Amino acid sequence: MTQNIDKDLQRFKQIVRGKVRGNLRKYITHGEMLGRKGREVVSIPVPNIEIPHFRHGKKGSGGSGQGEGEVGQSLGPGEPEERTGEAGNEAGRHIREVEVTLEELAAMLGEELALPNIIPKGAETLVSQKDRYNSVRQVGPDSLRHFKRTYKKALKRQIATGQYNSSKPMVVPNRDDTVYKSWTTISEPQANAVILYLMDISGSMGEEQKEIVRTTAFWINAWISSQYNGLQKRYIVHDAMAHEVDEETFFRIRESGGTRISSAYGKAIQVLEQSYPVEDWNIYIFQFSDGDNWGDDNRECLNMLKDKLLPVCNLFCYGQVESPYGSGEYVRELMGLEDSWSNVALSLIEDKQGIYECIKDFLGTGK
Amino acid sequence: MSISTYRPLPDDIRAIQDEMEKVAASYGLDFYETIFEMLDYEELSRFAAYGGFPIRYPHWRFGAQFDELMKGYSYGLQKIYEMVINTDPCYAYLLNCNSMTDQKLVIAHVYGHCDFFKNNAWFSKTNRRMLDQLANHAARINRYIDRYGHEAVEEFIDSCLSIEDLIDPYSPHIVRSVKQRKQPSDSSEEEPETNDRRFRAKDYMDSFVNPQEVLDQERSQQHEEFQRQHVNRSFPAEPVRDVLQFLIEHGQLREWQRDVLSIIREEAYYFAPQGQTKIMNEGWASYWHTTIMTNHGLTDAEVIDYADHHSGTMATSPTRLNPYKLGIELFRDIEERWNRGQFGSEWENCDDVEVRDHWDKKLGLGREKIFEVRRIHNDITFIDTFLTEDFCRRHRMFSFAYNDEEKTYEIESREFKDVKQHLLRNLTNYGRPQIRVIDGNYRNRGELYLQHQFAGIELKLDDAEDTLHNVQKLWGRPVNLETVIDETLHLLTYDGQAHRRSPLTKNETFTLIN
Repeated sequence: MTQNIDKDLQRFKQIVRGKVRGNLRKYITHGEMLGRKGREVVSIPVPNIEIPHFRHGKKGSGGSGQGEGEVGQSLGPGEPEERTGEAGNEAGRHIREVEVTLEELAAMLGEELALPNIIPKGAETLVSQKDRYNSVRQVGPDSLRHFKRTYKKALKRQIATGQYNSSKPMVVPNRDDTVYKSWTTISEPQANAVILYLMDISGSMGEEQKEIVRTTAFWINAWISSQYNGLQKRYIVHDAMAHEVDEETFFRIRESGGTRISSAYGKAIQVLEQSYPVEDWNIYIFQFSDGDNWGDDNRECLNMLKDKLLPVCNLFCYGQVESPYGSGEYVRELMGLEDSWSNVALSLIEDKQGIYECIKDFLGTGK
Repeated sequence: MSISTYRPLPDDIRAIQDEMEKVAASYGLDFYETIFEMLDYEELSRFAAYGGFPIRYPHWRFGAQFDELMKGYSYGLQKIYEMVINTDPCYAYLLNCNSMTDQKLVIAHVYGHCDFFKNNAWFSKTNRRMLDQLANHAARINRYIDRYGHEAVEEFIDSCLSIEDLIDPYSPHIVRSVKQRKQPSDSSEEEPETNDRRFRAKDYMDSFVNPQEVLDQERSQQHEEFQRQHVNRSFPAEPVRDVLQFLIEHGQLREWQRDVLSIIREEAYYFAPQGQTKIMNEGWASYWHTTIMTNHGLTDAEVIDYADHHSGTMATSPTRLNPYKLGIELFRDIEERWNRGQFGSEWENCDDVEVRDHWDKKLGLGREKIFEVRRIHNDITFIDTFLTEDFCRRHRMFSFAYNDEEKTYEIESREFKDVKQHLLRNLTNYGRPQIRVIDGNYRNRGELYLQHQFAGIELKLDDAEDTLHNVQKLWGRPVNLETVIDETLHLLTYDGQAHRRSPLTKNETFTLIN
């Protein structure tokens, strides 16, 4: 009887999603949803959507209650701007959790930032084969008999030969009428991608800088996973030495020390050579640092990039996060590369607000 | 998903119903035929989201409500045991997973509500065929959706709902004003010669009896009044509380919009008495479920379950008075007092504690009195008449207030006067601000002028501005709201583009309204 409410519910969910989409910029710069990541879905807290009414504020409000307590005793702040303690029965104002799939989130992100779809390279090399039932044939097992077509064909034949009697409709298919479903094998290109994250964990990278890296990485993951079927992620941290670590460690780790970016590049080259042959994989490298590299190291870094990394990867992105000690020089070294290599993207991230632009810089290339 | 809720009531429940109906009637409860249906929680939530009715017009807020109920239930935060609607016959819904004890209690409780719906004066003007009426509303709005598009209609309904509480809940009972007589055409209207309201006086006393300043002041007042009504063409003549009706009559609306607005208004009036009598209604139903259950319904095995459930319903928290608890205790107090004759001037004027404690005239009028109370009172008059100082003290009631510096609520007082005042204030207009129309042609520019009748609590400004935004959509021209911000009079204005807050000096406001 009340089935209409399903429509109302659908409509409501649509509105909530619209709200998420509208405020995506805010969500992008807030890292809080990272902690809310499940396997497939992210739950995003959205302020409850309500129809505004003329309402009393808190100031000057009060009410009557019941129980023990001295005059002047505090009863707590009440819920924020809610429930003026009336004897009525108004529901409180809640935060509503909306569950959005990562896929959906990526689509919203793509729409919001006007990201181009990625055109994978090496699409021909990796092929997966699939069977699709999309045609018919005259022979086959009974289990694949196409019932409707068979009877249609039989009916046609009977009408054509004058055997059909409309007052006593009976359709009997014979062997020639029988039609079977059939399949064709189609090859689907299956592109694989790997993301390498390189992060500088030298003493100058503080908690806030890492938060920025974390948030940016979350959104990059969301977008690139939506573009490839299988996405692998590898994490490398470095100070003067580089190590490969797991995801958890990557975001939590804090160390101190100098900075030698080349050590990370060395590690990256090693990882790629071991596991990801360039012809089969779309390779993405995202590097985050405060740009304060050991002076002599820069030349070696550039050489490694030019010789080993840039030729193999789809995209090399460098995000320079501003730290309390200022922003380093490294980004300037890389600027020279931008002209000769189209797969280099550089971005300066000043603070959390910069994440939005950074993601746009990185992923706007469509590679 | 399509669900049919018609299924025969299980025999055991049916037997309970028959028994409860008999018992309830034997106590003198008087109700329309009551039809019980058993639902699972999802079905019950569907009904609850629709306010207890099977068909409503399409709107997302019902979906939101449903979503909330389902989530609240699945997280174990809340549960609806029962629901009953004010129609003839009454429909009541039972939750199928309730224990048998709960079902008994709930059925007894429902008969209390049914009796209240039928007999309380404030429900007397409600449409008892609302089931059909709401379905008609749904059909009408669906027709508009087909014709004008979902988005347009939905957006308009959103605006209407934003001010659905700006009605005049007493108007079904009072004839407010005779239909405004046709105004004579304004062009022929001339400002009348100011007739001096001089008192008769002897010549030599005249300047004392009728001082010139007073005469001048009166003349200018008359002039202003004339300006307001005829030159500026202000209307209405008197402030109007039924803002919805005013907008239906004077807003820049299309025909379908007018109809939608009138649907929202009609439904608001239908649901209004339930808000006006929450404490009484729940108190009355609880009074009867305890009376019936403890005297008739319970078997020995059920007592614990019953007591557990009942006490759960009656639980109180410091900052929220539980309407069930307050209601039932007040009814019991009234019954007790009238049984013992503790009323009238003799009782009121008795100061002797000893005498008061043992006051018992053995009148036995209690039952009769509470039936009378349930017939004629609403929450406000109920509290005003029957909340006594003794009652307050016995129930440890206090008043609390928001401390703006400490950002917390604090117990303010245990004085009877304060407690009662706070309680009444929160019940007045359901604890919502009272807003009325002062002028539909403010500044002679067709602007709407609303006034918040300030009673000590300031408005929540962001909400107020959002709401004003919606009012503007209905009115078509700029809208103004007079209210108090930080203890000074302000005018909130929304002209369709931007919000403005400007302080008002006293003489800009309408002095004629006090």
